[in-house]
Amino acid sequence: MRNILTMAQREIGAYFLSPIAYAVLAVFLFSSGLAFGLGTFSAGSEASMRQVFEFWIVLILLFVLPMLTMRLISDELRSGTIETLMTAPVTEIEVVLGKFLGGMMFFAILLAGTLLYPIILSMYGDIDLMFLTCHYLGLFLLGSLYVAVGLFFSTLTKHQVVAVLASSALLALMTFASHAMANRMEGWLKVLLQQLSVRTHFHDFVRGMVDLNHLVFFVTMTALFLFLSVKLLEMRRWQ
Amino acid sequence: MIQVTNLTKRYSSVLAVDNISFNVERGGVIGFLGPNGAGKTTTIRILACYHPATNGTATVAGYDVFKDSIEVRKRIGYLPESTPLYPEMRVREYLQFRGKLRGMVGNDRKSAIGRVTDRCWLGEFINRPIGQLSKGMKQRVGLADAMLNDPEVLILDEPTIGLDPTQIRETRKLIRELGERHTVLLSSHILHEVEAVCSHAIIIAKGKIVANGSPQELRDKFSSEAKVIAEIKGPENEVEKSIRGLTGVEDVDVASTNGWVRLAVKAKQNCDVREGIFKFTTANGWSLREIRRDGATLEDFFVQVTAQQQQTRSR
Repeated sequence: MRNILTMAQREIGAYFLSPIAYAVLAVFLFSSGLAFGLGTFSAGSEASMRQVFEFWIVLILLFVLPMLTMRLISDELRSGTIETLMTAPVTEIEVVLGKFLGGMMFFAILLAGTLLYPIILSMYGDIDLMFLTCHYLGLFLLGSLYVAVGLFFSTLTKHQVVAVLASSALLALMTFASHAMANRMEGWLKVLLQQLSVRTHFHDFVRGMVDLNHLVFFVTMTALFLFLSVKLLEMRRWQ
Repeated sequence: MIQVTNLTKRYSSVLAVDNISFNVERGGVIGFLGPNGAGKTTTIRILACYHPATNGTATVAGYDVFKDSIEVRKRIGYLPESTPLYPEMRVREYLQFRGKLRGMVGNDRKSAIGRVTDRCWLGEFINRPIGQLSKGMKQRVGLADAMLNDPEVLILDEPTIGLDPTQIRETRKLIRELGERHTVLLSSHILHEVEAVCSHAIIIAKGKIVANGSPQELRDKFSSEAKVIAEIKGPENEVEKSIRGLTGVEDVDVASTNGWVRLAVKAKQNCDVREGIFKFTTANGWSLREIRRDGATLEDFFVQVTAQQQQTRSR
């Protein structure tokens, strides 16, 4: 456990020392602010973040989070620091969980930045706090899956650009494409694609419902990608 | 302290380490010597628990590198060849991070960082970002990291590569001192370095151990290959007659240009013919413009050893 925290602490430190993190933070706040300003923040519309959360934030995170996670392990593979890291008394699980936690901490900072919007909304209308909490819970779970997928691709290649593109592509497939395809299918295939679609599971959070089914989906999928990252890292030793 | 038994490592089609065995006792500096691509780094990576072996076993500090990898990693300090570091971190932050990973806490860690920065002359650079340091200083940071938890075994892969001569001398001195309290396994492709630092040397070529002994034993092996080169001004046939008459001379190549006779003398083992050459030259009143020992280089030795190996394989 201590090693996980040590790793996470280093990752957070590394984020704030790299220009990419600031760029990502700026892009995220700018684009989410734009979605809020143009979409939600107008006279007569409801005082909730539903519109922004339903589509825009998910789309933005789909591009932004892989940029955050791309360097996590990829950079260690490229610079060779993986050798000093993996010859220290730490296990692959600790490394992966530590890196994941580091990524999640930065993601939490991104999310904290968006709290500004409901604060602004509350000045002009009544905000349902439970509703908002539900939104943020959904977004947090979605983000953890995105970070886990990004981490997996970062373990797969030492080329960070490849890691970003591959993560964004898979996330787009999991989030939007499977949902769109499900609508065109019939029978069991439709159900399968729907159940595999991130959007299906995220949608209820946006509608203000916390369903155990959706919680289990996000937790198991996140765990699956973390598990694959650990296995991938273990496999690297045999090469 | 280190026991290697029938260790083999194969990378897809390449046999990097071919069934090697050796033992290293506690204490002292052990040199792991070989030309580039001989299998040094592969062996070292197996001992440092970075790569598993294809076959065979290795134990370090009493633990198996594969089965008890974490226990081994707690007891070793490892400096990889390229000294990979995080450029964005400051030296102090990096050492703190590495100390924490090794389970060092509070004052222990603090005093250990103080100790290694002193020993590696890093005191004034402790707050510098690693990315701004020179190659030599980075090497010292890597060495400081390896020494941080006062490990029983230090494994250093080419620790002086890329350093300037002053730094090389300082680093060698440090390694010799470390050898008094720790078991140090260091790899190098420079014979001179191993002679200067190590109490024991293992020579590896093409994945096999070709020699294993103290530097003195190695030196004897090399010096038997050495030739003495001399250039003398005198009648060629008389010079040749005199040199062939010297005791200990095994073979001579004679060549003459512009009245100077150039001799390349191969002497018997433990025989120095230089004094004899000087004596007959002065006795005959000839001039001598050069006399030197043309030591066989490590490269020569390896060419010879690997050629021998290939011959035995093709038989």
